Amino acid sequence: MNTKTTTEKKKPKLDFDSGWNYSPSPESTGHIRLEKRYDHFINGQFVKPAGGKYFPSINPATEKVIAEVAYGDERDIDKAVKAARNAYEKVWKKMPGAERGKYLYRIARIMQERARELAVIESMDGGKTIRESRDVDTPLAAAHFFYYAGWADKLEYAFPNRKISPVGVAGQIIPWNFPLLMAAWKIAPALACGNCVVLKPAETTPLTAMKLAEIIRDAGLPPGVVNIVNGDGKAGAALVNHKDVDKIAFTGSTDVGKIIQRAIAGTKKKATLELGGKAANIIFEDAAIDQAVEGIINGIFFNQGHVCCAGSRLFVQESVAEVVIRKLKDRMSTLIVGDPLDKNTDIGAINSKEQLGKINEYLKIGVDEGAEMWQSKCSIPSNGFFCRPTIFLNVSQSHRIVQEEIFGPVLAIQTFRTIDEVIEKANNTPFGLSAGVWTDKGSKIFNLTSKLRAGVVWANTYNKFDPTSPFGGYKESGFGREGGLHGLQPYLNLK
Amino acid sequence: MKNTFDFHNTPVIDQVGVEERVARFNSRSIKKTSKVEGLKLALSMIDLTTLEGKDTEGKVRQMCYKAQHPHDELPGLPTVAAVCVYPTFVKLAKKELGNSGVQVASVATAFPSGQSTLKVKLDDTKFAVESGADEVDMVISRGEFLAGNYNFVFDEIAEIKNACGNARLKVILETGELSTLDNVRRASEIAMRAGADFIKTSTGKISPAATQPVTLVMLEAIRDYYYETGIMIGMKPAGGISTAKIALQYLVMVKETLGNAWLNNIWFRFGASSLANDILMQLCKEATGVYQGADYFSKD
Repeated sequence: MNTKTTTEKKKPKLDFDSGWNYSPSPESTGHIRLEKRYDHFINGQFVKPAGGKYFPSINPATEKVIAEVAYGDERDIDKAVKAARNAYEKVWKKMPGAERGKYLYRIARIMQERARELAVIESMDGGKTIRESRDVDTPLAAAHFFYYAGWADKLEYAFPNRKISPVGVAGQIIPWNFPLLMAAWKIAPALACGNCVVLKPAETTPLTAMKLAEIIRDAGLPPGVVNIVNGDGKAGAALVNHKDVDKIAFTGSTDVGKIIQRAIAGTKKKATLELGGKAANIIFEDAAIDQAVEGIINGIFFNQGHVCCAGSRLFVQESVAEVVIRKLKDRMSTLIVGDPLDKNTDIGAINSKEQLGKINEYLKIGVDEGAEMWQSKCSIPSNGFFCRPTIFLNVSQSHRIVQEEIFGPVLAIQTFRTIDEVIEKANNTPFGLSAGVWTDKGSKIFNLTSKLRAGVVWANTYNKFDPTSPFGGYKESGFGREGGLHGLQPYLNLK
Repeated sequence: MKNTFDFHNTPVIDQVGVEERVARFNSRSIKKTSKVEGLKLALSMIDLTTLEGKDTEGKVRQMCYKAQHPHDELPGLPTVAAVCVYPTFVKLAKKELGNSGVQVASVATAFPSGQSTLKVKLDDTKFAVESGADEVDMVISRGEFLAGNYNFVFDEIAEIKNACGNARLKVILETGELSTLDNVRRASEIAMRAGADFIKTSTGKISPAATQPVTLVMLEAIRDYYYETGIMIGMKPAGGISTAKIALQYLVMVKETLGNAWLNNIWFRFGASSLANDILMQLCKEATGVYQGADYFSKD
């Protein structure tokens, strides 16, 4: 087929900018209720911080303060752990599983009833789009409570021929990328197994956890079973180091994960760490290319790229690289960046000024290292923390933007020729949380899923989550699994 | 024209992925001015169609009037793009529409089954064109396609295109009979490479008719062909698109797949007569704030 002469005549180009455009369609905020100030939630009550200090929670899309939140220290953590221990010994561990399950179901149902409110606050506090907080975060958070509610009275069937007992008091520290979902992800299995918890939300996104505290209170959960202490790394450290905590569950950066692991070494504390990632998303020439392009988009631009399992290293087979990159650029040109509360927004605000600074620094590093940067031409708001969707071409394994986790809408693209080459490159990273494979050949999928050292390998899809499916990493991406049957194990002593 | 392309090697399609992408188009929220603009755009893209055994001259006349005067109470409305009739009514429609700019399209090639000889199909086409049709809607031979005789289908389309002269050729794939999205993609490639000016989903006589996943696959085929050759191909989903809301979702799909160059009635059409009245009802609602009953809009 002779296409060369025709393409040389006129370079076809698609125009996504001018013409018919979507009018703004902001989600209403009239129905939500936000206090000016939030305290800790300890022993079933909202209590003021021991130190009397509060810190602001900022809407990253407007840079405005939306509420003040209690700044916790060791005293608050100690109070919360004591409350949890008391509730554990006196009420929760003695309660039959079926009864515990009822509370979890009740929490799940109230979350569904208040889903709109939770979604709007999640978007305001964290910067993620309403499309995602409404369609992903909130329903999935409720689904985790529903799922683990079902296990509460069936734990002996989950681990046949083993004697099971709860661990005790769990200290849980969650990140800012999926605040409500991570809270559900941590609290639901812990409670189902008969543990009591002290949760420390991230300092930039504490508000939905406080809404969850209201829901937990409204569900009539016995006081002390769930305690939430706000604050920064100091409160987190106090929780990790508290001598009466039996288990630490942490999701966050690899650096902090290492600190935690050192801190609890030599103690009786159990731990699960779910840390960073730098996932390989692999596109073979025989893949359904248009759907693979969509998978690249979902893989890296979902939640502004603030996803530990984001497909941030793209490997494209050389024979289709040109067409994949062209299609990717076209698709990126249709992404709408802006007000997270607008139902048409695809990419919202970067979670904090600090994080935007970190991303911009990596953009500079990428350019300085000689990679070719391409960004979509979309308009971005003048206020707030925003970053255009970005890809880097002509990169190699040794580039820092390929090795290090950026945690933003930035994709590094490499090409490969053979399957062995791509397996080697995909595994050649300190991380091992997730990977994606795109091919029309089932045999290729099974070959790769067994050879890629990653906790989750998606085939012909990306960034799909389900409470029934375990999630967790290898190497510097951490250890232990959350979700599914496997997610129960860290919260149980098995004999 | 002889085919040099191997249709066995057309790109593969992942149905789950297509459906996911469609769901994302459908979650776009079209409000206020963009809704009014979109509705007028959709109205201007409609091919008003009557393809029944019981069609009469009176019915065709009425339809031609409606095509030029969708709803005179509402000022500033565009006309529809075309009326689509059987070849025997082309002359009449042409006369009724005069120089209104509304095109006359005619189905040919033993519509809707396509079960006839090439000679009959060519005569059918020539008759429509000689009667004054601006556009010809042909059906492909689905039996030959499903049997894997891709070059047979290609040659047939190429011959019909030849017989069309200056008339634009819309090739109906009848996707409801093709069963897989891989087949839809393959049939699109055959039609485009054989000379189709438009590719069209359905005759409206087979269920399912136009669906969003099928339309997306065809739009992507058009885009890839455009990148390869620089040639623009039009798209017409037909049948089953009955509400303004769904029409807007199709426009979103066109906008985000092919861009703005395709967002006009030269390159995109709706084959759906019942759609017009729902669009008119929505436009009246946007103008007055209240919905009027269906009886306030003429059914032609």
